[in-house]
Amino acid sequence: MIGTSAGVRARVQSATVRLPLVGVRVPRRQLLAGAVLALAIVLLAVVALGTGDYPLSVPEVVSALFATDGRFEQTIVLEWRLPRVLVAIVFGAALALSGAVFQSLTRNPLGSPDIIGFATGSYTGALIVITLVGDSYFSTAGGAIVGGLLSAVVVYLLAYRRGVQGFRLIIVGIAVTAILHAVNTWLLLRAQVEVAMAASIWGAGSISLVGWDQAVPAFAVLAVLAVVLLALGGGMRQLELGDDAARAHGVRVEVSRLSLLVVGVALIAVVTASAGPIAFVALAAPQIARRVTRSAGLPLVASALTGALLLLAADFVAQHLLPSAVPVGMVTVVIGGLYLIGLLIGQARKQQ
Amino acid sequence: MSTSRLRADGVTLAYDQRVISRDLSAEIPDDSFTVIVGPNACGKSTLLRSFSRLLKPNAGSVLLDGKAIDRYRPKEVARTIALLPQTSVAPEGITVADLVARGRYPHQNLIRQWTSADEAALVAAMEATNVDSLATRLLDELSGGQRQRVWVAMALAQQTPILLLDEPTTYLDIAHQIDLLDLFANLHRAGNTIVAVLHDLNHAARYASHLIVMKDGAIVTTGAPNDVVTAELVEEVFGLSCLVIDDPVSHTPLVVPRSGQWKD
Repeated sequence: MIGTSAGVRARVQSATVRLPLVGVRVPRRQLLAGAVLALAIVLLAVVALGTGDYPLSVPEVVSALFATDGRFEQTIVLEWRLPRVLVAIVFGAALALSGAVFQSLTRNPLGSPDIIGFATGSYTGALIVITLVGDSYFSTAGGAIVGGLLSAVVVYLLAYRRGVQGFRLIIVGIAVTAILHAVNTWLLLRAQVEVAMAASIWGAGSISLVGWDQAVPAFAVLAVLAVVLLALGGGMRQLELGDDAARAHGVRVEVSRLSLLVVGVALIAVVTASAGPIAFVALAAPQIARRVTRSAGLPLVASALTGALLLLAADFVAQHLLPSAVPVGMVTVVIGGLYLIGLLIGQARKQQ
Repeated sequence: MSTSRLRADGVTLAYDQRVISRDLSAEIPDDSFTVIVGPNACGKSTLLRSFSRLLKPNAGSVLLDGKAIDRYRPKEVARTIALLPQTSVAPEGITVADLVARGRYPHQNLIRQWTSADEAALVAAMEATNVDSLATRLLDELSGGQRQRVWVAMALAQQTPILLLDEPTTYLDIAHQIDLLDLFANLHRAGNTIVAVLHDLNHAARYASHLIVMKDGAIVTTGAPNDVVTAELVEEVFGLSCLVIDDPVSHTPLVVPRSGQWKD
């Protein structure tokens, strides 16, 4: 008996690594995948910082990042390019976390906030503010957050029947998205041409206009949300086992679910408020992360890293690799559209 | 006179407006293997759900050590009572050890995550259920019988003195059913209080130390199988004419139906 006990322990331990300080057991593969993703993000970020009308080599970028002499290269890297790169990384991570939360709660890879109406609701909120008040960064952001939260509340209430069940949330969300799309079109048609132009640029989803002034408050809010989410993560893992098992393990099921919903909505609302609706990062990143790490359920940290890498790469493509620069939202829509088709085919096959 | 840490005191149990049981009182004797039996829709699973805090009574209360169960912190209850639910879902791609480890949640918090006590409980639970050799396998690859053992292991990992089982043997073939019941009997002998809802009256009579017989949301009788299982009771509760004989192997009551062409 002692022999088998030691054997099992060894096998369980060999597959995991205990992190110092926190003492959390992390599967070896997740740790490796996380390290590779983080490295890829750093490399791509350095390349992105060096690319543009005034090309810089990797050593030049690195020295500009750490130098203090205020050379011209420093202005380029720190003032012009770094905000955009950091925004891509942080916003990508936030979108992916939001997607992981909703896909976990709905137990469905389609249960993503950009599919079930929250991003569209943010756009509606922003459109209303732009047409009524005018186009300033913070009023648009406020409108987007309120719009996103309101649409989430509407979807939640319409889907509520003695608790919220995943599939109903998706169906109701898709219906609400369709209605909001119609509302958005109507608002654009009624608006004056200049206003409609400004709104359309915002609506395409772009991070090129976000500077330090807008980025810093958004980063602060997102950091708080991410910490709250990590604290809620244990409950999220339990909810994946079904409500009965979660409750039997001592989870306050409805409280946990509602807190997760609020954090998930807030994450995507803050990003949408700053950058407009950026589609499909929330949809694709958690699923890619799950496959890369081969973990059970949707891994939060790996999802965030994957989302960061995805948005950074998409923005690099949008900015430098296309004949003329386009908003990053257009690139993610195209990549994500292909991904969505693959996902739907895969799900259809599984059901046969 | 035996004591009961867990009891229902005048509970009314309902789903929305549909009342299943009214003013029901029941006790789970400590250190017993209690089995709740009765015809379909008699409210036996509902009673078990109320014991496990999954269903809040509309009136009356479920008491754990004399205190209403919903006045405890949820994790505190989960360190005393474990439940094997009728249906559970597993996240795609989860391994056996990972799933069983999730039963340690009630013992963890933000500061205290995974300790050597968790590790020991995980290994002990997998050994008791004989799934230790499957530790790194994916749950999706296992047979129905193995999978049910893994779910039992997850409940055992909670290391609670009381274990509730909601129809644990349904959908399994007879060998796997007996296999699981033997496992529960072992756990009972090791000092756990076991409460199970079972469909098979003969399994109940063989393994239970204490029976709760229910019909139409009310308790008909309680007691040791040898005292309560009679042809009259089976006729009254299930409406089945039968002969009750002595099981030659376990010397517990054995119900032999007398219906159809075998009627007298």
